[in-house]
Amino acid sequence: MVIGLEVHVELATKTKIFCGCSTAFGQAPNTQICPVCTGMPGTLPVLNKKVVDYALAVGLALHCQVNRHCHFDRKNYFYPDNPQNYQISQLYAPICHDGFVEIETEEGKKKVRIHELHMEEDAGKLIHDDPVLGACSLVDYNRSGVPLIEIVSEPDMRSAREVIAYLEDLRTTIQYLGASDCRLQEGSMRVDVNLSVRKAGTKQLGTRTEMKNLNSFKAIVRAIEEEKSRQVALLKAGRAVVQETRRWDDDCGVSRPMRSKEDAQDYRYFPEPDLPSLEISEAWIEEIRKAQPQMRKERAERFQKEFYLPAYDALLLTQSRQMAEVFEQTALICHKPKEVSNWLMTEGMRLLKEKAMGPERIRLSPVHLAKLIELVENKVINRTAAKEVFAQMFISQTNPEDYIKEKGLYAVQDEDALLQVVVQVIADNPQSVKDFRNGKQRAAGFLVGQTMKAMKGKADPEVINRLVREQLAE
Amino acid sequence: MDILDLTAVELGRQIRSGQVSAVEAVRAALLQIEAAEPSCHAFIQIDREGALKQAEEVQRRIEDGTLTGPLAGVPVAVKDNLCIKKQRTTCASKMLADFRPSYTAAAVECLVQAGAVILGKTNMDEFAMGSTTETSAFGPTGNPWNPDCVPGGSSGGSCAAVAANMCFYALGTDTGGSIRQPSAFCGVTGIKPTYGTVSRYGLIAYGSSLEQIGPIARDVRDCAAVLEAMAVRDVKDSTSVRRKGCDFTKALSEDVRGLRIGIPREYFDGELNPEIRDAILYAARALAGNGAVVEEFSFPLVDEAVLAYYVIACAQASSNLARFDGVKYGYRAGDEGELHRMIKKSRTEGFGTEVKRRIMLGTFVLRSGYYDEYYLKALQVKTLVAQAFARAFDRFDILLTPVAPTTAPKMGESLKNPIQMYAQDKYTVPVNLAGLPALAIPCGTSSAGLPIGMQMIGNYFQEKTLFRAGRCFEQMRAYKKPGLCEAIRKAESGSNSAKYKAIRKAESGSTKTEASGKRKG
Repeated sequence: MVIGLEVHVELATKTKIFCGCSTAFGQAPNTQICPVCTGMPGTLPVLNKKVVDYALAVGLALHCQVNRHCHFDRKNYFYPDNPQNYQISQLYAPICHDGFVEIETEEGKKKVRIHELHMEEDAGKLIHDDPVLGACSLVDYNRSGVPLIEIVSEPDMRSAREVIAYLEDLRTTIQYLGASDCRLQEGSMRVDVNLSVRKAGTKQLGTRTEMKNLNSFKAIVRAIEEEKSRQVALLKAGRAVVQETRRWDDDCGVSRPMRSKEDAQDYRYFPEPDLPSLEISEAWIEEIRKAQPQMRKERAERFQKEFYLPAYDALLLTQSRQMAEVFEQTALICHKPKEVSNWLMTEGMRLLKEKAMGPERIRLSPVHLAKLIELVENKVINRTAAKEVFAQMFISQTNPEDYIKEKGLYAVQDEDALLQVVVQVIADNPQSVKDFRNGKQRAAGFLVGQTMKAMKGKADPEVINRLVREQLAE
Repeated sequence: MDILDLTAVELGRQIRSGQVSAVEAVRAALLQIEAAEPSCHAFIQIDREGALKQAEEVQRRIEDGTLTGPLAGVPVAVKDNLCIKKQRTTCASKMLADFRPSYTAAAVECLVQAGAVILGKTNMDEFAMGSTTETSAFGPTGNPWNPDCVPGGSSGGSCAAVAANMCFYALGTDTGGSIRQPSAFCGVTGIKPTYGTVSRYGLIAYGSSLEQIGPIARDVRDCAAVLEAMAVRDVKDSTSVRRKGCDFTKALSEDVRGLRIGIPREYFDGELNPEIRDAILYAARALAGNGAVVEEFSFPLVDEAVLAYYVIACAQASSNLARFDGVKYGYRAGDEGELHRMIKKSRTEGFGTEVKRRIMLGTFVLRSGYYDEYYLKALQVKTLVAQAFARAFDRFDILLTPVAPTTAPKMGESLKNPIQMYAQDKYTVPVNLAGLPALAIPCGTSSAGLPIGMQMIGNYFQEKTLFRAGRCFEQMRAYKKPGLCEAIRKAESGSNSAKYKAIRKAESGSTKTEASGKRKG
């Protein structure tokens, strides 16, 4: 099986690639449009510099060569989501080329080569057969003109696992640069799979098909396995694989040929006359290079060395740049990397998942986290209360001391007061006491729990445990 | 003196000094339009109420001192491929018969800021594709010198309007000669500026890498004044250039001492009408008499340039006109039930023959398998042409050439053989390929009484040199205006009178809808 990928990534610029309309997602239809991005007669494109900044950043991070004189080309085809009936893209001189992504395979490290990376504009969205309006098609041009980069790989991948490894690396790289949030489900990252099969040992490539509508990593894996089986079955039956574009249906687990024969289309590419060619100076490239943050692999290795973290922890903490930065800055303040990493790996990861939030929404301040750790260590609050404070700090820049004061989360430190409560709880639960004396160790835990309840969680469970056992021992 | 005999700059001066009001000027123009339009048909739309309102507003602002520029209060006609907000902008096509843009072309906006009063939109070849204004979906325009003849194209309406005194200046566009050729045919002055000088935002595109908006007026000084008002860098047009030294009116010194003038031998071949040849060479001698140095030289690629031009222009047009599909605006053929059928039918019915011909040609030369042989080759020829001009401008300051091989042809002759018609553009298209500035200026009249024009080509950004030489020349000869009364009389009894009368009738019936294109949705 031979696989190549075309990945489209929506860039996180505030405005579109050729006009000043907002790129904000989820707005009412046709509210973020202007004469330029709706292709009105007489309008002209004006390039958004930030798009080029991001394209260069991603290209350089993927070890690409930069084409110092690149330009845009028109891709001509008639379809209503394309208001001018052409898309401004790059064919003859893409901005970056000949890079690679290094992935881990069972046989060791492997380079998946990148053929080219180019900039282009997104099309609008078509909605067919609206339930209210009936048999018609509607066009929403909000998305028309949103900047994309397309990353085309060489057909270097040989398994679904390699594909996922490549995509995860690509996604992490792009997210680290802040160029996009790369969410497959939301469409800010779109993956097309080009797949062909050949007899083991042969050098010549078989006929490939292209698959679209892959909206999750799971769908990609399923689609790859299914397409491989389908092609192998065809060839074994003596039939040929048709070069075509197929649409994956994840619910049914099959792909179907798409109606429009896009493979046969001639796009009549020619250089875009309304945009002068783009000169990219050494200075510009240097500027982008300098601004590049340390990428995940190197950062994880550094965390292992500098903070004595195990490899697993280091990789988990560097999954996102935001998380990695919080970790590092907090550890540098409080000098307790293990403690910091515990908080982030357990509570941090849990909150990300629970709130379905992207790492760019983390508001955790390193100064505050360091403070929280100190407070717990000094038993000012107990761990349970600390978790509540952490959750608050995670999504908003809350000062832990203010929050603790406001919510009255102080751990009760007065042992005499605690003792009184323990005695009361023991008195209220004679059965538990009997169970304990009969050998049921867990009964002590129950009593601790009841005490914690009475204390509204504000006591140190270790202290309560000690007191309970002391009492029971008497 | 009759207001209509004033040039734009002269009128501007008189308005500022209070001798004439803007309202008087526009009224005079409107009256002239009423008199001359029946035999001329230079306009697609005339906005009488709008123009009068504008004139009143402009007059107020002149009186209170806010408007002080040289063109304040001067009535202008605008070619109908330049968008004006909320007004019908048709490109003389059924496809856009009812199209109203929500924006105004940047160049027009410059003039409005300067106090221009817009009289209306002028007739043109459909989507600027043509050399005679006969491909307009709304009927042809007559040449004011002889209504049996064409005014030239594609800015025929604008040139006829200036020649017939229906406005004081006009805007045209020039992709392959569309300002210069009709200027020559109508005996007026027009200039295509250096590519990038005037913003193309709001110009409905035909040949994007070739075209520029430019002024058409009674003399060189007027052209300089109008160009000065429009030569502004526009951020909305990425091909718009930030230029220094756009004070063109300061360059009208008329001093041509030492000016090196080159005459390309190959342009004066056997195809060139001998009366035109003689008139231009006479002009060259006149300039030499004023101190210029005139020399013949060899200039290659004349035929190749025309071929390259049509390949490039048609290719870009096929892409630029793809947006006209009846989906969002413009002509939509009746419900076909399926998308691509609807698009095909709308474009078949909405576009005229010449437009369809060029779209098909353009589509062909971009096809994979043909791209290298045609489009890429044409782009290479474009570079060679630019290089040939560069070598010429090492030796010369301006090149003096004919504008067209003939004077204005008779109506109905040119469209019989499109390829032959294309070949007539050979003197003008090389200028667009290179992006150079070029001025068309009247230099005589033929024995049949038709105007003869000549072309002065300058190096990049050297409009001042062109204006200087042009001004010097025009001061030497009397500018002959067409005998309008004769023209109208002839028209009334001529062969085209029925057609013009019918058009005039339709126009007076409803000033807003000329074509029978169906409204979308």
